[in-house]
Amino acid sequence: MKTNRGFSLLPVPLTLAAAAAGLAIGVGAYAFWYAKGSSYMGNDPATCANCHVMAAHYSGWQAAPHHDVATCNDCHTPAGAISKYTVKALNGWHHSWAFTMGGYPDVIRARPESSAVVEANCRRCHSDLVDSMTQGGNVSCVRCHASVGHAR
Amino acid sequence: MSASNPAPEKKRGLLVALVAGVFLLVALVAAALLVNIAERKQEAKNSTVRLADVTENDVDPAKWGTNWPREYDGYKRTSEPSHTKYGGGYGGAEGVVPPQKAARDPWLTRIFAGYLFAVDYRDRRGHAFMLFDQENTKRNVQAEGKQSGNCMHCHASIMPLYRKLGKDAAPQASEAEQLQKGLEAVGALGYWDAHKQLEQLTGKVHPVSCVDCHDPKSMELRVTRPAFVAGIQKLAVSKAAVPHLPSIERWRSGDRARPYDPNVDATRQEKRSYVCGQCHVEYFCGKGTTIFFPWAEGLRVEDMEKQYNSIEVKGARFKDWTHAETGMEVLKAQHPEFEMWSQGIHARSGVACADCHMSYRRDGAQKISEHWVRSPLLSANRSCASCHPYSDEELKSRVEAIQDRHFALMSRAGQAAIAMIDAIVAVRKPYDDQNRPAAAAKAKETFEKNSDFAKLGKEDQDKKLAAETKANLLAAWRAVVDKDPAIKELGELQRAAQWRLDMVAAENSMGFHAPQEMARILAESIDLSRQAQVKAGEVLSGKVAVAGAASAPTKGPKRMSP
Repeated sequence: MKTNRGFSLLPVPLTLAAAAAGLAIGVGAYAFWYAKGSSYMGNDPATCANCHVMAAHYSGWQAAPHHDVATCNDCHTPAGAISKYTVKALNGWHHSWAFTMGGYPDVIRARPESSAVVEANCRRCHSDLVDSMTQGGNVSCVRCHASVGHAR
Repeated sequence: MSASNPAPEKKRGLLVALVAGVFLLVALVAAALLVNIAERKQEAKNSTVRLADVTENDVDPAKWGTNWPREYDGYKRTSEPSHTKYGGGYGGAEGVVPPQKAARDPWLTRIFAGYLFAVDYRDRRGHAFMLFDQENTKRNVQAEGKQSGNCMHCHASIMPLYRKLGKDAAPQASEAEQLQKGLEAVGALGYWDAHKQLEQLTGKVHPVSCVDCHDPKSMELRVTRPAFVAGIQKLAVSKAAVPHLPSIERWRSGDRARPYDPNVDATRQEKRSYVCGQCHVEYFCGKGTTIFFPWAEGLRVEDMEKQYNSIEVKGARFKDWTHAETGMEVLKAQHPEFEMWSQGIHARSGVACADCHMSYRRDGAQKISEHWVRSPLLSANRSCASCHPYSDEELKSRVEAIQDRHFALMSRAGQAAIAMIDAIVAVRKPYDDQNRPAAAAKAKETFEKNSDFAKLGKEDQDKKLAAETKANLLAAWRAVVDKDPAIKELGELQRAAQWRLDMVAAENSMGFHAPQEMARILAESIDLSRQAQVKAGEVLSGKVAVAGAASAPTKGPKRMSP
């Protein structure tokens, strides 16, 4: 009787929970696959143009002098693995929210945090040349070299 | 397991249900996201679906709108009122006509004295109203019949009528020749006759719409207006420098076996300006002429002036009208946006009209040209920031700084023009005073033989007599102007000064399209106005001898001595 009672009480919510979990995991996994979710873990610049907003930036990068030596991630994410994936996650959240909900400006501009990442990466590769120039001063590289990453 | 105690079991059941709920919610969000991603992917794949077949004769934009709903939505929004600091007036709600331009710039009424623009000259509003406003302006009253069919070249979707009348007039000619014939035929009609014929042909007269800039088969941009084609061909064969229109320079360096064809030779980027240049230009379209763009010498203010000054109409030098106060023959400028843009740094940098006024807009995963054509100041991010990466506020304040300076300079030029008109009127006045008795007597004489005149009431008779006297006074004054070089020069100065001032004032950008060029033109205008004022003063003071006064039909007036 005890067991009977236990069985008669448990299966309904448990089954429901299991089904819901299965549904969430299934639909979620499909959405992840359909949206090429795994590509965002990688380093292929084509990934950044998945959502069309970046199409012009992508083609601009292809025509710009840095396309042989730097991918999107080389400039737009920090070099360290932990900070790289933190920035990826944060940017991924901002981007997918904006693209899904709409209402963002047509000409997008980097947030100050994103600009800081880019500036740090300029110096990471070009330190030999620029360190002595920028010492002590708050100098922005891309203010003058605006088209090295994305040609106009 | 404490099956005997129902409370924990109930708790566990609730927990399980809660977990199930959360999973369901996650599944729901994942599904919604999936659908959204699928929609975006679909949008990126199919930009348009052709549901309706559109042809050259489909002047109704609604039909095109079934195929291109996003663009059509934008086109319809041109009916919404919009204004910037200097443009569009503060018209308010839809259907309310914008304020008179002279309310802000009172000098406009003085420089247009004796011309229809002194009667009604309002601020601009959206494309949706181009036809409505033309049908309703006091310059185009049906009973007065003052305007020609030429006006519809730019205010109506009129190509079917050009094609029909051109085919009737020259069945064997080429398509381009037929269009030119059709243009001539419509130009020979009165405005309201042309309006009626077009209405019979297309059911309803529409303002300029999709078919006027797009090929219905390919949706490619193309120019349709025959006056633009003729004008740009004249520009192409001229020696004027056009570094901002590379296809013309390419054509010039070729064998020139056929005329320059904007639809064949121009790049897509050039066409993004040409389609606007079909109408946003300086032109002449008065009764008795076929509308033309004065581009044979080039696009600068003095190039067009040179052309107007070299044209003869009925044996006399071309004029738009005779100024009512000064009796001088002057010119009227239209809205030379294409010409002024041509002088500016944006044109030189390859920026087309559509880049700023129809900037790209994202709609989901699609990128479309905004068809809500309006001031870029109302979409600074899209219009400016793609090249100038600054905030909206920064961009707007940069443009307004240019416009504020321009407005100050233009207002000065307006004041100088009024001073000039006052000075020339002072020179004319003694002549009129002396000629008035003879002019009135001659007017009476004219009407004495007229039996219709006798039938009129006293008030109408007086009105007619006054008008005739005024005309006689003008004729006598014109004889003086033609004979006396010093007075004739006053007329030349007024013509040149007003032409420059109006060229800038009629242009719709408050200086922005070419700030330096327009400042140059205004500086010239101010200089010419003040020259006229100084010379008029010299004539009045007797410092300059006026030969015409002694030999004028009636005895010359006594000069006021200082």
